[in-house]
Formats: sequence, C-alpha cells, structure tokens
Amino acid sequence: MGKSMIERKGISLFGRAYGKIPTVLLLALIVFLFLLPHLVGKYVMYMTMHILILSVFSLGFNLLLGYTGLLSFGQAGFYACGAYGCAKILLVIPSLLPGIICGILFAGVFALILGFLCIRHTRIYFAMLTLCFGMMIYSLAWKWRTMTGGDDGLIGIPRAPLEIPGILSIDMSGMGNYYYFVLIVCLLAIMLLYRIVNSPFGLTLQGIRDSESRIAFTGISVKNYRLIAFTIAGLYAGLAGALIPPLENTVTPPLAHWTHSAEPVMATLLGGIYTFSGPIAGAFLFYVIKDIIVRFTEYWLIWLGAIVLALVMGLPGGVVSIFQRRLIPWIRLQFAKGSPR
Amino acid sequence: METLAFQGLIGLSLAMYLWLIAAGLTIVFGVLGILNFAHGSLFMLGAYFAFTFYGLLGINFWLSMLLSLLGVALVGLIMERFFLRYIYHLDVAYQLLLTFGFILIFDDAVKMIWGGVFMIPPMPDFFTGAILIFGRPFPIYNLFIISTGIGVAIGLWLILERTWWGRIIRASASDREMASAIGVNIPILFTTVFMFGAALAALGGALSTPVRVVAPGIGGAIIIQAFVVTVIGGLGNLKGAFVGAVIVGVLTAYGILLFPIFELFIIFVVMAAVLLLKPEGLFGG
Repeated sequence: MGKSMIERKGISLFGRAYGKIPTVLLLALIVFLFLLPHLVGKYVMYMTMHILILSVFSLGFNLLLGYTGLLSFGQAGFYACGAYGCAKILLVIPSLLPGIICGILFAGVFALILGFLCIRHTRIYFAMLTLCFGMMIYSLAWKWRTMTGGDDGLIGIPRAPLEIPGILSIDMSGMGNYYYFVLIVCLLAIMLLYRIVNSPFGLTLQGIRDSESRIAFTGISVKNYRLIAFTIAGLYAGLAGALIPPLENTVTPPLAHWTHSAEPVMATLLGGIYTFSGPIAGAFLFYVIKDIIVRFTEYWLIWLGAIVLALVMGLPGGVVSIFQRRLIPWIRLQFAKGSPR
Repeated sequence: METLAFQGLIGLSLAMYLWLIAAGLTIVFGVLGILNFAHGSLFMLGAYFAFTFYGLLGINFWLSMLLSLLGVALVGLIMERFFLRYIYHLDVAYQLLLTFGFILIFDDAVKMIWGGVFMIPPMPDFFTGAILIFGRPFPIYNLFIISTGIGVAIGLWLILERTWWGRIIRASASDREMASAIGVNIPILFTTVFMFGAALAALGGALSTPVRVVAPGIGGAIIIQAFVVTVIGGLGNLKGAFVGAVIVGVLTAYGILLFPIFELFIIFVVMAAVLLLKPEGLFGG
C-alpha cells in the first residue's frame, strides 16, 4: 500500500497484548450491552443496533484494507445484496433465519464472482473496479423496477419471528427481542472474525499486505488468499445488510450507493486500520458524533467532514492508536509505580 | 438514422461537461498523484457561483463565468495549501478519505448558504433559440458547449506542449524528483496545478447552469461519471480523458434512447471491461 507513516505491528484485539486490563474492559462492555434494554429507551437500543451493524460491515471491510491491503469502494453493493436478498425472502417466507441466511449467501455468491474479477488488480485500480461493480448493483437496484421496486425500494418487510421448527419460536415484533438477536449474531460474527485474523490464514493475509512477492515465493497462491478475503468481506457486508430489513421494514437503492460504501471506510479509518477493534470504535464514534451534532444543527455532515479532515491530518493512525500508544502505557506506568519492586 | 445522428449530437454536448471535469481530474492525478474525490464538488461550487453572480446578482454572463472560475480556484488554493499538501506521503485510502471529507463539507455548506432546493438558473438571451439540424431544433447553447469543450481541448494541448509552464508540468508528471532536482519549485507547482484543475471543473459547472439544475449533491453524482471517463481513457491521460468523455457522453445519450432501464448499467459495464482488459486505459501505455 505504498509508503505509510503508520507503524505496522502485529494485530491483536487492542493492538498489542497489554495485560489483563483490556480483557476486563471487554467483558464489562459485553455485559453492559446485554443489560442495555433494561437501562435505556428504544432510541438508544435502535442506535446500538446500527452501531453493531456498521461494526460488522466495517470489520469485514477492514479484513480487506487493514489486513490484506486492498481498498474496496464497493462494499455497499454486497451490503445491498444482503439487504435485498433478505427482504425478498422475508416477503415470501416470514421467518427470520431463512431470510438472514439467504441474504448472507446471496451477498457471498456475488462477492465470490465479482471478487474473482476484482482481485486481478491492487491499489487504485482495485478501488476503481470495486466502485464500478458497487455502482452496477446500485443501478440495478434503482432501475430494475419489477425485481427491486425501483427507487421506491421494497416496503412492508415483516420483522418475522425467529423459529426453528420443533425447537423454538421467538416473537420479534418488539424491539427488545430483535436487539438481542442482532447483538448475539454480531458478537458471534466478531468473535469468528477475530479467530480468522489470528489464524495462519489471517497472518498470511498480513504477509501479502506487507510483501506480496515474499508470500508468493513461499508457494502460496496470493490470488486465492485475496479471493477468500474478498468473499469473507462480502459475507460480512451481506450479514450487516441482511440485518437491516427486519429492523427498518424497508430497503431502498441508496443502500448500494457509493456514498454508503464510504461509511465503513470512514468508520475504519476513524477507528484505526491496523487494529482489530478500530472499525468497532469508528462505528461507535460515527453514530455518536452524528447524534450529538444533530441536536444542535441539521447540517451535521459539515461537522463530520471537518472531523474527518482533522483526523486524517492529525491522527492518521485512528482513535484506537491513542489508547495503544498513550493511555494504556500510561495506566501500566501508574500500576508499575504503585507496586513494590 | 437521423434520430441516431441527432442523439449523437446531444451526447456530444453532454460529453463536453464530462470532458471539462475529467480534464481537471486527470491533470491533478497526473501531476499530484491524488485522485480528488471532491473534484465533483468543485464542479458544483462553480455552478453555484455562476448561478449567484449571473442569476441572482445579474452580473454580465462572461464576467460571472470568470468570477466563478476565480472563486473556485481560490477554494482549490485553500484545499491544496492547507490540507492536501500534508497528505501526499500518506496511503491512497487516506487521500480518498480526506477529499471525501471535503465532499461532505461542500455539500452541506451549499445547503446552508443557498438552501436545499433545486434551482433552475436563467439562460442569457443571446443563447436562447435553436437551429435546425437533421430537421430537428438543436439548442444554440449546446453548440456553444461543444465548441467550448473543443476549444479547451486545443487550449490545453497548446499550454502543455508549447509553453514553459506546460513543459514543467509534463516533467513533474513523469519524474517528480528529477524535476525538483533541476530547480522546479514543486510545492508552488502543485498548488497552481490544483488551482488550474479546480478552475476547469468550475468552468464545467458554470457552463452547466443555464441548462442543468443547480442542487446540492450534483457533485457526488458527476464525480462518478468523471471517474468512469478517466478510467476509460487511462488515469492521468489527457487525450484519453477527451475520448473517454465522448464515449461516455454518446453512450449515455444512446442508452437513454434505446435502453432506458440499463443506461447507467451499460456505462459501468464499459468501465469494468476497460479496467479488466486494458487497465492502463484505451490510450494508455
């Protein structure tokens, strides 16, 4: 990815293993997320679901950018595949699991096919090619009225119950139950991705990012690894998209537009690309910044733009890098001072 | 047959807006190495400035064109001098993100200043009316656009091939370090080239005001078309950008006529085909 000021380190959950402090914080965060419906109203729950969905979307995107070194500007296309696929199924079969699974698979198949073409390039040409395919999907969603509902989108999608015949049936019509569904699915997806990036496969991807030719010399097919990474990113985008129709009851073409592809780019770069948790922190910041600014002015994008400029200019490592380099070492220093030699 | 030829002329006038915006994008990419996502927003600013000077303040048409060019060049100066200059060494992802930040700012600033509604600016009297081509009325203004586009193409060629400044630009585009070693002041060159590119985008925007709507968000729509054009012609290739603009403009015009549903889709198919089969562009390498 060319010259970069950012140091490249081994990627773990918080950049490096900093003792037990992050693990405790992480567990506290998960417990807090599970207690959330009892503590806050529907609005915060709704926001949290969007943060979780954007996190999953961005984490998949960052498997390409941060780990493999490929900047995709068409992830919204796969997101829309997931959303439209799920919506189409739910309109016919009102059952949550088939809808979500079909959405994910639909996006995955698209990602596999388009990925086969996209991975022929890297750098700016890869970005252009993914942008192009994303906009192709957008133009279909927008113009192919009989299939996608055109610019009206698909409406009246039910928040179908979660049922497995003979085992369980959970009503999803209230927001609380759907919140738990989104939370558990997203946490599972995040844990799975954490396993993936720390597996030999994930390390190979980082090797490809840092030195493509060295990895090729060891006899590994760089193209196959890139294709698998691309497909996983597509599956994650599809999962994020598939969670949308039951929440919003509608899907529209802007889901596939390139400006929507910019959201995971923003979230990931805000949070930091060379850390696993960066995209999650970025997704959180994205929605919190929006929520705070919208309270003061309807022109919130101008402030988001200014924040993007400030972060790129002043903090190209992302927000999580502050924690890694300053805050956590400082806490450790305080602990070290306190303890006897 | 005549319908097709006529539609081709319509496409050609569409192509000239694309050419003006793609020309600036190409020169900036060729010299600075930055793919400016906000280039479409500079087009939009040009349109708003021209609308304000001509439509609201009633200044002379030609003078208001010139004023909007200068205004957007000034915006370009601020963008390059205070922001882009510090990120040339960063990854391409950060460059795209920074210029994307400018899209957000310009879009909302425009909404704040001019309001979020569509506006249709007036047409100067001497451009109203049409002449008969192939037995159909063809707007005089479109002829003016086509000739302006071709004029800019010739002008750019003369500047790049025949002037001292053009030689410096070409030298820096092919080898930045060497150019700097023989005494070219690279920072100043970058600033002026960026301002020049911004002014070209503004020219496209300003000229579009009498026939297209002026609205927030037109920048984000046209930048994608400009990307398609520059990719088809080859990134950083000016001759390619011109031909790419003609191809996309004419294809769009025929697409609207023949397959209205897949008009946009076809453009992206062409872009993908070029990227996959000849990524250096139809006229590259």
